[in-house]
Amino acid sequence: MTNAIFPSKANDRLLMIFFIIVVLAGPIILAPFGAGYPDLLQRFAIFGIFAIGFNILFGLTGYLSFGHAAFLGVGSYSAVWMLKLLSMNVIPAIILGVVISGLFALVIGYVSLRRSGIYFSILTLAFAQMSYNLAYSVFTPITNGETGLQILLDDPRVLDGGTKPGELPLTNLFGIPMNATQKVEFLGMTLQFNFGFYFCAVILILAFYLSLRIFRSPFGLMLRAVKTNQNRLNYTGVNTRPYTLAAFVISGMYAGLAGSLLASMDPLAGAERMQWTASGEVVLMVILGGAGTLLGPVLGAGFIKYFENIFSKINDNVLHSWFAFMPDGLENVMVTLVHPFVGKGWHLTLGLLFMAIVIFLPGGLMEGFNRIWRKITSKRETATSDTSSDAASTPAE
Amino acid sequence: MGILEVQNVNKRFGGLQALDNVNLDVEEGSIHAIIGPNGAGKSTLLNCFVGRLVPDTGTVMFNGNSLLGIKPHEINQLGVSRVFQTPEIFTDLSVLENVMIATFAHRDGAFKLNAIDPVRKEVDIRDHAEATLLDVGLQDKRNMVASSMSRGDKRRLEMAMCLSQDPKLLLLDEPTAGMARADTNRTIDLLKELAEKRKLTKVIIEHDMHVVFSLAQKISVLAQGHVIVEDTPENIKGHPKVREAYLGEAQV
Ligand SMILES: Nc1ncnc2c1ncn2[C@@H]1O[C@H](COP(=O)(O)OP(=O)(O)OP(=O)(O)O)[C@@H](O)[C@H]1O
Ligand SMILES: [Mg+2]
Repeated sequence: MTNAIFPSKANDRLLMIFFIIVVLAGPIILAPFGAGYPDLLQRFAIFGIFAIGFNILFGLTGYLSFGHAAFLGVGSYSAVWMLKLLSMNVIPAIILGVVISGLFALVIGYVSLRRSGIYFSILTLAFAQMSYNLAYSVFTPITNGETGLQILLDDPRVLDGGTKPGELPLTNLFGIPMNATQKVEFLGMTLQFNFGFYFCAVILILAFYLSLRIFRSPFGLMLRAVKTNQNRLNYTGVNTRPYTLAAFVISGMYAGLAGSLLASMDPLAGAERMQWTASGEVVLMVILGGAGTLLGPVLGAGFIKYFENIFSKINDNVLHSWFAFMPDGLENVMVTLVHPFVGKGWHLTLGLLFMAIVIFLPGGLMEGFNRIWRKITSKRETATSDTSSDAASTPAE
Repeated sequence: MGILEVQNVNKRFGGLQALDNVNLDVEEGSIHAIIGPNGAGKSTLLNCFVGRLVPDTGTVMFNGNSLLGIKPHEINQLGVSRVFQTPEIFTDLSVLENVMIATFAHRDGAFKLNAIDPVRKEVDIRDHAEATLLDVGLQDKRNMVASSMSRGDKRRLEMAMCLSQDPKLLLLDEPTAGMARADTNRTIDLLKELAEKRKLTKVIIEHDMHVVFSLAQKISVLAQGHVIVEDTPENIKGHPKVREAYLGEAQV
């Protein structure tokens, strides 16, 4: 039986295959855009995970947390401590990061979820800012204050300490260092296949798969019901609090996973990772990509990280080279016109883009894609019959 | 002894005595109607049964359990479902999903972390929900987004959500308001049929006297928060107090 509401197994399988291919081919797809280098690729994957997790809370239940960066930070600190004390292998670091941030989320969620709407948002924001400030003051023995927490030569590292004297060890997975990179020349581009990226990519794929399962499950259905009418759900016999708390903890653990991956790629943790701007960034990612959709958050994360890292590096020299084909006078005019929107002005472009999307595409970039897709398929449908209704929902999420 | 027993319930809103020493005894398996002019306190009374309001004084007993001081979801899990005066549904979800959520709540209780297996595998839940939609005549609209339906359909959807839970007590706050005559008759038939098929007790608030007199075994007349008469439909029809309460309103 075809049904638009409950996507079929084949449909989900197709979505997974599409996602896996795109993620694994990331270094090739992004190279022409100047974004194919390991550091940025890792960020795409890590913030994709962060946004996927945030979407489980915000996209499904509608509870808007303004404090999720706290869990990112907690994940990073826990991971670096594990790297310092136990081993440079990232597995224990990631496990501890996820567990500790999950516990944090349990406490913060338990308190914050007593309120909804703006009061919930303010409570989460207050908790996160408190954590941020405490990291600079009371907790300096754990966080190393403004310097940030780093690995040092004389760290104990009980499992693999003291291997190479005088040289900081590298984070690794059972001996394979995260910075191992294979360079390949291809059509005049240098493709960089980095181990750290592929490690993050595999975790991103697993994180995406888990979120797909949650979206399709009865639990996911209940979360969506919370978003539309929490009162009705209560009068229908559902205790909404444990549902929202579970969603909060799951999304907190995703954030902790992202934070510990950041530390696994670059063993450093600072309190700025917990600042409210970082909490706001993940909100932007999810809204930009499409809250409540499966692919949207990953897309939004990619978009924002691309702007932050690539657009911000376009200076006047680059602009001159872009417009070099024009006559001198015109070239200078163009450079002056474009200048405020690139380089240090990337926030301006991102802000305008964000406003345009929220106004014209409230469902984010995914809504834009869906509209285009529907146009294409509806044309085809008039030509054939109504058999494509199942395919029409394929890229919907 | 009724399945629902309300004794000496009072509720004040500031200077307004919304419920004034209300007593009600609803017999198991019966349809008990509450009628009365606008603002009489009918919805307020139902609010006291489902945990939306707590009365200032008095007791509300259902099947031997007090309904006061427990949460709305706990009351529902005891077997009390309510159709609201303004439809309360999951507007962003499909009609079928609306009913399935109610069915899940009935089967799985107030909370169950079932986050891995997909909803599409829950064939029993879905069949049950579809059967209930068939009962209320919404089977053709099951894939519609709930917000896009007419007010009458929304109310029927809400009724399906409640019925899918197989409640012991069904509270209906003006279930036919906003419905066309044909749909109203259909709803009457449905409620009658349910009364015969299942041992379902109903409390129904209704302005449409045609509906009231064709369904109810017992009628309580509420005016200014006070139950002025409680009797059978035959005796209510010509009751002078009822005429007085409705003075100026054309119906009775
Ligand atoms: N939460 C509240 N706070 C203050 N006053 C309220 C509240 N709920 C109801 N009232 C008032 O109590 C009185 C009874 O209201 P109620 O909704 O119970 O009437 P009703 O009998 O259901 O009327 P209708 O037939 O119009 O639905 C009204 O005067 C109403 O304004
Ligand atoms: Mg009312």
